[in-house]
Amino acid sequence: MTTATATSHDDHHHGPEKGIMRWVKTTNHKDIGTLYLWFAFAMLLVGGAMAMGIRMELLQPGMQVMDPHFFNQLTTMHGLIMVFGAIMPAMVGLGNWLIPMMVGAPDMALPRMNNWSFWILPFAGGILMSTFFMDGGAPAFGWTFYAPLSTTFAPDSTDFFIFAVHLLGFSSIMGAINIIATVINMRAPEMKLMDMPLFVWTWLITSFLLIGAMPVLAGAVTMMLTDRNFGTAFFDATGGGDPVMFQHIFWFFGHPEVYIMILPAFGIISHIIPTFSRKPLFGYSSMVYATASIAFLSYIVWAHHMFLTGMPVAGELYFMYATMMIAVPTGVKVFNWVSTMWKGSMTFETPMLWALSFVILFTIGGFSGLMLGIAPADIQYHDTYFVVAHFHYVLVTGALWAIIAATLYWLPKWTGKMYNESLAKVHFWWAVISVNVLFFPQHFLGLAGMPRRIPDYSLQFADFNLISSLGGFAFGASFILLAYIVVDCIRNGKPVDARPWDGAKGLEWTLSAKADYHTFNTPPSRELIENESQHS
Amino acid sequence: MKRLTALLSALIATLSTRAFAEYGLNMTEGVTSVSRDIYDLHMVIFWVCVAIAVVVFGAMFYSIFAHRKSIGHKAANFHENTKAEFLWTGVPILILIAMAIPASKVLIDLEDTSKAEMTVKITGHQWKWQYDYPEEGISFISNLAQTSKDAINDNNKPENYLLEVDKPLVLPVDTSIRFLVTSSDVIHDWWVPDLGVKQDGNPGFINDAWAQIDEIGVYRGQCAELCGKDHGFMPIVVDVRSKEDYKTWVAEQQSAKAAAVASATKTWSEDELMAQGENVYNTSCAACHKKDGSGMVPVFPAMKGSKVANGAASDHINIVLHGKGGMPAFKMLGDADLASVMTYERKAFGNTGSVIQPSDVKSAR
Repeated sequence: MTTATATSHDDHHHGPEKGIMRWVKTTNHKDIGTLYLWFAFAMLLVGGAMAMGIRMELLQPGMQVMDPHFFNQLTTMHGLIMVFGAIMPAMVGLGNWLIPMMVGAPDMALPRMNNWSFWILPFAGGILMSTFFMDGGAPAFGWTFYAPLSTTFAPDSTDFFIFAVHLLGFSSIMGAINIIATVINMRAPEMKLMDMPLFVWTWLITSFLLIGAMPVLAGAVTMMLTDRNFGTAFFDATGGGDPVMFQHIFWFFGHPEVYIMILPAFGIISHIIPTFSRKPLFGYSSMVYATASIAFLSYIVWAHHMFLTGMPVAGELYFMYATMMIAVPTGVKVFNWVSTMWKGSMTFETPMLWALSFVILFTIGGFSGLMLGIAPADIQYHDTYFVVAHFHYVLVTGALWAIIAATLYWLPKWTGKMYNESLAKVHFWWAVISVNVLFFPQHFLGLAGMPRRIPDYSLQFADFNLISSLGGFAFGASFILLAYIVVDCIRNGKPVDARPWDGAKGLEWTLSAKADYHTFNTPPSRELIENESQHS
Repeated sequence: MKRLTALLSALIATLSTRAFAEYGLNMTEGVTSVSRDIYDLHMVIFWVCVAIAVVVFGAMFYSIFAHRKSIGHKAANFHENTKAEFLWTGVPILILIAMAIPASKVLIDLEDTSKAEMTVKITGHQWKWQYDYPEEGISFISNLAQTSKDAINDNNKPENYLLEVDKPLVLPVDTSIRFLVTSSDVIHDWWVPDLGVKQDGNPGFINDAWAQIDEIGVYRGQCAELCGKDHGFMPIVVDVRSKEDYKTWVAEQQSAKAAAVASATKTWSEDELMAQGENVYNTSCAACHKKDGSGMVPVFPAMKGSKVANGAASDHINIVLHGKGGMPAFKMLGDADLASVMTYERKAFGNTGSVIQPSDVKSAR
């Protein structure tokens, strides 16, 4: 434990500032990580409240609680808030907290930019939310904002939406630059790239996806802006443009975007499963190569979202084959996780329960993804609840599951205290049952022919919508318990040892029980890095 | 609170009376070669996924059961096996190739519309469908049926709630039909699951699809691409008839069209215009401007006291024919329908505009 003593001796010189200004002015990666995580949780509740509104309207046939225009506003804002406000900031928050500790760095490479990356977010979110109170209401064209519904036919608030997307893009790009610079420049000199833990690898690759994808989104919304206000016709056929070009540009961002949300989750799961199997991660290097392959493939499959737009058959064949290829590296990851468990000595603390259910439920989302990738079959699946079920399985029981697993797994390191294990188990079973009651019937709805984004439906869809809504309310309520578990841990948790999980490996567990405000002022030694490596 | 109680009692009624009747679990096989091919493909991929799931999750659950610490299992320390990595990269590639071959065949077949014996052009409008039979010279609009509109806020829903229209698309059986799909405003998507046809209608572009329907019957579908406020309220009904019945229908439509052209040249009385205008208004305009003319300000202007409806007839005709901003063009309606609906807008809701005759509309086109 030489590092622990070496890194904590100057604690009292550089403690955090007191009061609210600590959070406004902070350049500390741990403070900024905390800010990101709380912001993401707040947005999760806001987006979740919108989802409750949606499920309330869909509880039974007929229009009971809102008009169709407001329903469209809710589905649009639910998607935007969850993607850009909850999942992405949560992943950046985890990266902020964990990456410097995992690579033996004292902080992020660009701490002031780090502060700015975060503090842009509340303003972007505020602008986005303010559109609800404008004349004509919030954007109501779906989170994919296809032109011309989002240009000629959109409410005036769309220009505020465009500005908010620009701000969110700035924030993400700066966050990505910071992570790349940290991993490349601030990594402990003795740590080789192939020594890095999987969470660091997945975030490094994700950062390159962000830098490639976010400017494309910025381009798409800028063209929307000029189409709306300055007389251009990028997406308007009467002026020589093409509405389908919007979809090409959007999905050239949009497909890497879905891997931006899931790759760090793969990293998290690759930490938790070895810990509770008490066995090194199986196939470390193949995990790294699989992640890189997925990232590469994510850039060349975008038009599989557009099989019905009237693409030539050669284009459809290419995008179908490329999309099917993604199943190969994703499969490698699942096989490696199962092999990590094989002949281990497994225990089932709550982070492990979340990780195991991630493997099963994410894989179900992967299967429906493979089915959607088959172009002719997509004719019947496209824009139905089958798609809704698919992306909620990969994003909720995939990305969000990993975020919750990570929160419980590293909470002892962040707070020096242990959460209430039995309460956390209750919460896990509550969430995992209700989320399946919520989303599994949506597969049936989609196959039976219910289109997505409709506020009312015909009678044959009534039963499964009722079940889905009831599951939704139960799932929504489970987050109140999660908030209680986290706050209770911070306030009343029992103190833990530096390494609360006996199978855990990684430099972060060599720090004191509650990680000090500044860590790794001197880089870790080669010996320590080898001892804490995931693959030895 | 009152609303909540009503909701709960409706919920209990739903649960007890309907008792989970008539729900669908799986994709329809449909009534065309395309839809059957898609269904077969869907079932093959589904069972492949199930098989993989059984193997992978089986191994995982066995491990969870047999390699637990609580039963004293000691951890092994292996963490690499190049042969295994090659195996589980190679085997999935072979499975994928086996799936891609039939999928490619189906895809190439369903994109080949050259075998068609007849053509129907489908145009999406916010929020209704227009059907044109270019060779037969037939054209009409298909709206959500009034029975469904009336039942939206009513607990007694009619059969085929939200899946019924005022005028269905009529097609002959055993005929290869090419569908040309486009749109006049935003992107719509024409989808009838039983036909295995789902195709985006893009404004300014024309897409195509085809189907040969094997069974006489009525098939229902919906718009599948978010197209604004009433996206959920623009259903599709396809009425498939025998070849003889289809011919009779075509002849009826052609004589009805001739009668409509004749009536457009005569001068209509104000009462006639108002009576027909109210019908047209309620089908085509009330979704946005509301039945009582109050609109949804500021997105959809009110008719009551409107500057346009009380102003010059030529401006009114121009906006309705060609659209303006979010207001779609309505030039696909006939002269008599347009004249009557504008007269209704100018005379009802306390408005004081002038009467418009079908001949005014005709000369303004």
